[in-house]
Parts: sequence; structure tokens; C-alpha cells
Amino acid sequence: MGYETILTSKLGNVGIITLNRPQAMNALSTKLVAEMISALSEFEKDDEVRCLVITGSERAFSAGADIKEMADMTAVQMTMTGHFFPLWDKVGRFPKPIVGALSGFVLGGGLELAMSLDVLVASETTQLGQPEIDIGVMPGGGGTQRLTRAVGKYKAMEMILTGKRIGAEEAKTLGLVSRVVPKEAYLLEAMKVAYEIASKSPVAIRLAKMAVNKAFEMGLTQGIDFERELFYLLFASEDKEEGMKAFMEKRKPEFKGK
Amino acid sequence: MEHETVKAELNNGVEWIWLNRPDKLNAFNEQMGDDLQEVLKESERRPDVRCLVLTGEGRAFSVGEDLSTNRATYDSGKPMLLGEVIKKKYNPIVGRIRRMEKPVIAAVNGVTAGAGLGLALACDLRAASDKATFHEAFIKVGLAPDSGTSFWLTRILGLGKALEIGMLGEPIDATRAFNLGLVNWVFPEGELMMQVTKIAEKLAKGPTKAIGLTKRAMNRAVVVDMDSSLEYEMYLQDIAGRTKDHIEGVKAFFDKRDPNFIGE
Repeated sequence: MGYETILTSKLGNVGIITLNRPQAMNALSTKLVAEMISALSEFEKDDEVRCLVITGSERAFSAGADIKEMADMTAVQMTMTGHFFPLWDKVGRFPKPIVGALSGFVLGGGLELAMSLDVLVASETTQLGQPEIDIGVMPGGGGTQRLTRAVGKYKAMEMILTGKRIGAEEAKTLGLVSRVVPKEAYLLEAMKVAYEIASKSPVAIRLAKMAVNKAFEMGLTQGIDFERELFYLLFASEDKEEGMKAFMEKRKPEFKGK
Repeated sequence: MEHETVKAELNNGVEWIWLNRPDKLNAFNEQMGDDLQEVLKESERRPDVRCLVLTGEGRAFSVGEDLSTNRATYDSGKPMLLGEVIKKKYNPIVGRIRRMEKPVIAAVNGVTAGAGLGLALACDLRAASDKATFHEAFIKVGLAPDSGTSFWLTRILGLGKALEIGMLGEPIDATRAFNLGLVNWVFPEGELMMQVTKIAEKLAKGPTKAIGLTKRAMNRAVVVDMDSSLEYEMYLQDIAGRTKDHIEGVKAFFDKRDPNFIGE
């Protein structure tokens, strides 16, 4: 399918979405958001795709919302269109795992998008921040909630109230990104992680992702109960049979997602 | 582009950069900070620049911050806000030289002091004239080290010697600088530029990408633990392995000829 602001491709069992508005540092425009939603829906339906990678360019994953586009919008327009809400909703509830391959600017809506993903790999040049405060607003795509859950209240407050950016190494120390690699290698590294995930049982992966995400929504006892039910449920899958058999036969399992 | 206080000239792949306030011993005023940042930025961007040489016009390399530009503040007895100067001028310059994926040589033609020493130490290689002198001069005017001098001196010399030089601020002549490992080469004053030209032009014909990766590996190795360093080396080698120059280098080795590197 042809898109204007993103590129999509498929390598093996991994789907790739590349934000492609280089002249605008991959700012999230209405068009880009609509195309992302459409691409995500395609990959969701595609049974061959077991894991996604979302990336931008070496210079910018995404520098945030398209401010030119946003500048003239009224509160009513924002409310009635939901602005980017449909994208956050789509990414936040996406059932397959998504690896973010970050480099350069990951700011504002760009960071909010990244924080909706599941595993983040960053190039050493990555700069992350919520600079909305500098233009007289505040994060509006989940930044205050997701960043606080990711790095804790005090670091989140500092970043959101001052607009200060952090570098890749600091983000790794804070647990926001899991790997930092040279700028030439971030996409390849993210692909490696995606292939690794895609080689596992899609059923187990889906339920595991769901369980981890529920950790932010549920109390501990409910969360543990929920996890246990999902765990038991996996004993009804063919992949569980295959996985355990392969382990005992000392060979690699072949998971079918059944 | 012409600059008031910095002169630059590209020759055989080598960007020669002269700090050019000889009557002030190439002390940094605001203009020279801005000019040098622009020249460095431009040299980093241009693919035809494959090596940089930093040197000083006249008899000094650089004596660091030009204190005379702030004469009025000093005369008034008000406190100086030096943090801003460092943040805007020296830290970006030193950071850019260290991060630039091209070899940068300091041709230390004469006296170098304070932030001037910081600039020389930020370079990858240092060639000094036998008349050059090195001054970690901050202590003489009641200041602490800046421009990365505490970082590089402790790493090059070890803590003991670095503290001696930092606390006493005694000048170091070229011979002692060589014995300490502060400079890579000392040449007779009249030969310095000719010798540096040889070294720089050799580097400019080198596998620039691999030289840049070498710089990144070493930059990182001085600040991280061994396992992180080993992992980083692995990534960088993976990158180097994909360059055209690597293939050319190995082919030339098999063919028993000199490689013809293009820097990619």
C-alpha cells in the first residue's frame, strides 16, 4: 500500500514502519497519524507478521507534533478530532509486540509514541524529552503518565517542567531504553530484537505483552491472578507442546501461533 | 568563508586551522570562540576534509581566555560568571573535537596555557615545537581547571602528576611534555610545520571511517568498564567490516600493494 508520510515493509516475520517526513524531522502530522493507524491495522491482520519495528531516521525518530499544523487549532477542534488520540489508542492496544528503533530527536509526541511501544533500542545519538512546556503547553499524548511510570515522579517532573532533554545513556540508566548502540547499528539491533521475539510463540508473546501492560493498570494481587490465568491458558496451546518437547529433545522449537 | 580571528585552508585533504590573534597570543575572545566553532563545524561536515590541523599564528598556540576583554568587570571588583563562558565556548569546542570522526592534530607552535592547553589536549595527536611550553595556568589566577584539562591530564598523566601540574601550575617545556606523554612528537621549531604536514597528509589518505571508529572506541574506553568497551568494539568492528576501505585494505594486503583508501 502506498503511503506519503511513512514507509512500510516486511522482512520475514517482522513488519517495519518508517516515519518518513525527513524535511519535518518526522513531525507527527494528521496525515502521518492516519497513515500509521492504517499501516498498523494492516500488520495486525497479517498473520505472517509476528513483531513490528517502528523507526524514523538517524537524525530524528520524531521531533513531536507538527506545530505548524497545531498552532491554529481551537480547543473544540482538538476535542472533536481527538487530535492524535486514535493513534495512541491504536498503538497502546496493539496486540503484537513493537520494537522502537530510536535515533536523534525523540521529543514531545515522538517520545510519547516511543513510550507506547514495547522494547526501545536507541542509537548513542538519541535525545529524548518532553519540551511541550517551552511552547506554553504540556504533554498531551500520555507523556505525564507514561514517563512517570517509566522513570519515576522526580525525573519525570524535571523533564516535563523544564523541558530538559536526556541522552541515550541516561535514558538507559533510567530504564527507559534497554540498549544503546552506535548510530550505524540501531536499526539492525532493533531488527535483531524483533527477529528474536518473532521466533517465539506468538500466542505466548501476545499474552505476556498483555500481562506486562496490565501491571500498570491493576493491583499486585489482581495482576498476579491475571498472569496466572494467562499462564494456565497457554497450556492449551500447541506451541506449549512444541516448546517443551523441543526443550527435552534439545532442538530448536518451531512455533506456529496455535 | 572568511573569519576575523580564525584562518582556515584546505590542502591535500587537510584542513589547516590557524588561531589568528597573534598580537594577543591567540587568546580567546568571544569572536574567536564563535569563529572556531563555525570552522570546526564546517570541517566536520565536508567530506573532502579528512584530517584537521589546529595551530596558532605567530609565536603562541593559544594562551586561553582573553582576560583583558573583561577588564572592566575585574576592575569593578564584581564576580565573574565564568560558567557561562565555558558552557557557550570551550565545552562545545572540546566536545566537537572529541566527537568528530576525523583525526585532529594540534601543531603546538609555541606557548599554550589554560583553555589553550585544553584545546591542544582535546586533539587526537599533538606535535610540538621544541620552543613550545605548556601551562596549566588556572591556579596562577585563582581558578580551577576547565576546558577538559582535568579530564585529559588525569588520563594521560595519572592522578599524581596531574595534581602536581594543576596545583602548582609550573610551566612544562617541550622535552618534559614529551617525556610525560603530553605530546606525541617534538620537532625543531623550523621543522614543525613540514613534519606535521607529513603526518596530516598521511592521515588524510587513511581509511577515515575506520579512523573515526578508532576514535570513538578510544573515547569510550576511557570512561566505561571493560565489558561495555568490549561490546562497543564489537559493534564498531561490525560497522568497519562493511566499509569499502576495509575491503580495499585486505585486497591490497593480498596483492602486496599500498591500499588506496577513499574514506568510506
